[in-house]
Amino acid sequence: MRILVEPRRQPSRRLWTLTPILALVLTMAIATALFAALGYDAADSFMAFFVSPLTDLTGLTELAVKGAPLLMIAAGLAMAFRAGVSNIGAEGQLIMGAVAGGGVALAFWEQSGPWILPLMALAGIGGGMAWAAIPAFLRVRFAVSEILTSLMLTYVADLFLNLLVYGPWRDPDGMNFPQSRLFNDDETLGILVDGTRLHTGTLVALVLALAVWVVMTRSLLGFRIRTVGASAAAARYAGFGNDRVIWFTLLASGGLAGLAGLFEVAGPIGQIIPQITPGYGFTAIIVAFLGRLHPLGIVPAALVVALSYIGGENAQVLVGLPKAVTGVVQGLLLFILLASDFLVRYRLRLARRAGAAA
Amino acid sequence: MSAEMLVSLLLTTMTAATPLLLAALGELVVERAGVLNLGVEGMMLTGAVSGFAIMSLTGNPALAILTAVAAGALLAAIFGFLVLSLMSNQVATGLALTIFGTGLSALIGTGFTGRPVPGLAKLPVPVLSAIPLVGRLFDQDALVYLAIVAVAAIAWFLKSTRGGLVLRAVGEADLSAHSIGYPVLRIRFLAILFGGAMAGLGGAYLSLAYTPMWVENMTAGRGWIALAIVVFAAWRPWRAAGGAYLFGGITVLQLYLQGSGLLPIPPQLLSMLPYLGTILVLTLISSGPFRARFSPPACLGKPFRPPT
Repeated sequence: MRILVEPRRQPSRRLWTLTPILALVLTMAIATALFAALGYDAADSFMAFFVSPLTDLTGLTELAVKGAPLLMIAAGLAMAFRAGVSNIGAEGQLIMGAVAGGGVALAFWEQSGPWILPLMALAGIGGGMAWAAIPAFLRVRFAVSEILTSLMLTYVADLFLNLLVYGPWRDPDGMNFPQSRLFNDDETLGILVDGTRLHTGTLVALVLALAVWVVMTRSLLGFRIRTVGASAAAARYAGFGNDRVIWFTLLASGGLAGLAGLFEVAGPIGQIIPQITPGYGFTAIIVAFLGRLHPLGIVPAALVVALSYIGGENAQVLVGLPKAVTGVVQGLLLFILLASDFLVRYRLRLARRAGAAA
Repeated sequence: MSAEMLVSLLLTTMTAATPLLLAALGELVVERAGVLNLGVEGMMLTGAVSGFAIMSLTGNPALAILTAVAAGALLAAIFGFLVLSLMSNQVATGLALTIFGTGLSALIGTGFTGRPVPGLAKLPVPVLSAIPLVGRLFDQDALVYLAIVAVAAIAWFLKSTRGGLVLRAVGEADLSAHSIGYPVLRIRFLAILFGGAMAGLGGAYLSLAYTPMWVENMTAGRGWIALAIVVFAAWRPWRAAGGAYLFGGITVLQLYLQGSGLLPIPPQLLSMLPYLGTILVLTLISSGPFRARFSPPACLGKPFRPPT
């Protein structure tokens, strides 16, 4: 007996949808084995990491709070990846959105009115777009790969945020801590459930994911994006400009990341601090792939990956696991997902050696 | 600027360039075999922390370096299995490797942050190191020399050996190489292992020699800069050495300006220089008079499945 690998004539659509779930289950199993190998009780760590965050109101709302930025960023990245545009600098675009939108909040900190928050949101989107415009311009004008430029700009954005928080934006009444003033009430997102951090931005994130779905499936623009991604040559033949798709997907994904960044500083954080993201911009890449680059698949995927953040914090408190396991679990998940894609394209068949001539 | 200071700057440039050069040389070989591995940053971090952990536990530098090399190669093997055997997307898998390696290094390093270790010993080159002034350039640790030797060795391997020719054939025309009878996937796997080993070595240089300590994310994007150096080098080893020394120089210049306080520029703006420099260099070689005359290996990033 041996295992034969045969290419499928058509990739299996059923497995395309099911393998992310399979990958998730496998990741949970391997992660639990890892916890045990590190010397922690397997059952306790499993419960603390994967289950207990889902058993109370705080955990569930936190899932939405952490899922919202992942959802927004991943929805944008899904468009870009569909078009074959590898924007991997969403982390920097998120930071610049928070800087631009947060800058508006600091500029008007003595003002009040319902106009401030929308203005901050616009600035946040603009900040993210501006940061994504750089790799877009370099790619379209000079054919520079957006992979390295968008990634390099993330380090620049991080240093820029650092410069502001340690310099001009430091709170004058803040005892010299590297943090800005607190945003006022009109500059912070409303809370949906009293006693939790669930803010209105989570609803906006959901609406925007739906909007991306409509664009991708119901508009000519979405069709262009998918065509360019499937075959740049075919798209040119059909008269769809590759450049416009590059510009659009980078600006859209940058804008969404920027808004996600603004929602972080105007929501759970409430001011500008040196560390405004635990790597959402990178983790959203996992979300985009786990959700199969489909705006609706990304919604559950964002919640799953959000669980890894909350689970990591939980497991640290409850069983003493190092917080760093979160990153390992996230990396494992993407590895296993990519590996399981093999099953979508190939069929495994057990064959007797005698009949194995192929 | 005195001559002595110039020598000091050159000396620090060499040490700053060494981790970049080691990682870039590894990736260069991988890409010449037709595979794009974006996981350099993750492999460097894992190499850095593994080497540091062993140094901290045993105090044996050779064992520490070997462990870092093995750790880098081990992570690369996972990548190789996915992209070669399972034909997964190389860009996505490389990103996964970086995310995984970053997390894994933080996990391994949990108990090692802030522990001191002795740096690597200096090995003076006989005669040369006795020259006044510039003699200091010939009094460095083993890995600095190794990086330079590796440039020559890899250049020779790729250009003048049968193995190098086969490796290049696999990267330029995988189907033809296969039909002549070369094991394309096995050669690519070996190249990927080599790339991981070199990235691990580059990481170990950071945590054992450049700044002998472990800090989370201490590579600070060097793995990505190494990838940029390969593009800058147009996949040629000697040009990679030039690129690594250029970026090492930018890093040192930036540190020098920060330390000297000559210019009233905030340190964060100076720290941006290597990253902005990378973008600038990539733009210059993509167009205009500096445009590289060499194109990437023809099969770079494409999966290969032997026809049956």
